[in-house]
Amino acid sequence: MNLPVSFNLNGVTRDVVLDDPRMTLLDLLRERLHLTGTKKGCDRGQCGACTVLLDGRRVNSCLTLAASCDGAEILTIEGLAKGAALHPMQAAFIAHDALQCGFCTPGQIMSAVGLLLEGQAGDDPERIREGMSGNLCRCGAYDGITAAVLEARHDLAAPDQAAA
Amino acid sequence: MKNFDYVRPATVTDAIAAAAAPGAVYLAGGTNLLDLMKGDVLRPSRVVDITRLPGLDAIESLPDGGVRIGALVRNAVLAHDADFAKRFPAVAEALLSGASPQLRNAATAGGNLLQRTRCAYFYDTASACNKRDPGAGCGARGGETRLAAILGWSEHCIATHPSDFCVSLLALDAVVEIAGKAGQREVPLEDFYALPGDTPQRETVLEPGELITAVRLPAEAAAFSAHARYLKIRDRTSYAFAVVAAAAALRMADNKIVEARLALGGVAAKPWRARAAEALLIGERPGREIFRHAAEAALTDAKPSGDNGVKIELAIRAAARALALAAAGTPARIPALPASPFAVPNGVLHV
Repeated sequence: MNLPVSFNLNGVTRDVVLDDPRMTLLDLLRERLHLTGTKKGCDRGQCGACTVLLDGRRVNSCLTLAASCDGAEILTIEGLAKGAALHPMQAAFIAHDALQCGFCTPGQIMSAVGLLLEGQAGDDPERIREGMSGNLCRCGAYDGITAAVLEARHDLAAPDQAAA
Repeated sequence: MKNFDYVRPATVTDAIAAAAAPGAVYLAGGTNLLDLMKGDVLRPSRVVDITRLPGLDAIESLPDGGVRIGALVRNAVLAHDADFAKRFPAVAEALLSGASPQLRNAATAGGNLLQRTRCAYFYDTASACNKRDPGAGCGARGGETRLAAILGWSEHCIATHPSDFCVSLLALDAVVEIAGKAGQREVPLEDFYALPGDTPQRETVLEPGELITAVRLPAEAAAFSAHARYLKIRDRTSYAFAVVAAAAALRMADNKIVEARLALGGVAAKPWRARAAEALLIGERPGREIFRHAAEAALTDAKPSGDNGVKIELAIRAAARALALAAAGTPARIPALPASPFAVPNGVLHV
């Protein structure tokens, strides 16, 4: 069964023919398109390592069928920086040492970007922690992650970053 | 995962025709279905992707004051719809207490109604399960029963329905709109689910190929908006299924209860409406004793399905506390930890 799928990936239109309807968006990104920044952790929607933005919403790419992404707009960790300029969330994660092993980090950053787009957490660390509860960090870098999200929120709200 | 045919119909009529085939399933958010397929718990031969069906993703205010929630409305979209959350705050709080932000961005209203039990013996294909394999037996009997039922269960199945959303909907007399080959019909949510009896594989009144198109809340449901809460007791503060949960809604006048609604989650194969408890509250002034009395009435018929007798007292306390929270008034904003017993008026109690 060949399924043609067309979508916008990190700003570029991609046309792919799926030869297996079982392929998830996560496997499509990693195995076919060789974008391995999106990580496969549990592969069951529990850890958040595979988080990407799908039509502007953060989702678990492991629980998304690639075939159902026809016509979608997808943003992965590879599409976040503008050339050599890191996205403020990436810079804030580095500034706050918000990682140890780094495996969960692409998912954490994409989830954090999604969290700010949702605009529900504000400056409340408790709401940020709850809003990041779909992303597990086995190294336990949660304090740094919360601090990074708070800082990135302010950086993104600054006038010169408003378009970032 | 077993291979399947993938089809993406363009109309509801085409979808119903495509899903009438044996072994066909509908795919919406996929958060539960794909998980079950990866675990080989479900092995559909055809997946009917309904995510592009037109007209099913609206939150529609009805002329009579009710609201129609399209089957494809995402959980997060509904919970964060300012008008909806203001009129039905317990529903918004229940939604935000479930799953993770990523899952709430994908999961849909219709899919939430049809999510499968989180009973570990249903998920473990090496265990006996009458739901997964009718006649095989029930591995949960005599097993781990922390998430198992205390109401309405049978020897054949002690699984619980995992939804938070449905508990709040049931308290507010939601109605399910269904499309099928024979046309449209609607069923009160209270009549939508079946208790396990000796056919636990039959979970709802849906016939093969029938599609949930919307869930409707009546205008009267908004009359509880000033006193409506959801309380969820779980093993983790976030991102965990309910051990027990309660949706409570009151209509108050002159510090007396004019009308009460109470529904429980995590206790049965379906969200559980506690009408006897509701009746006891009419005309009463809110207080610890009357709430405890009503909560006990809600659990009168409860019995352990294993080593889970603790859930009966836990459910009584959760119901009484949910009623007390509702009486205290709906907060201006849903707490940082929605539906959590650790949420207090000015923040969070940490353990």
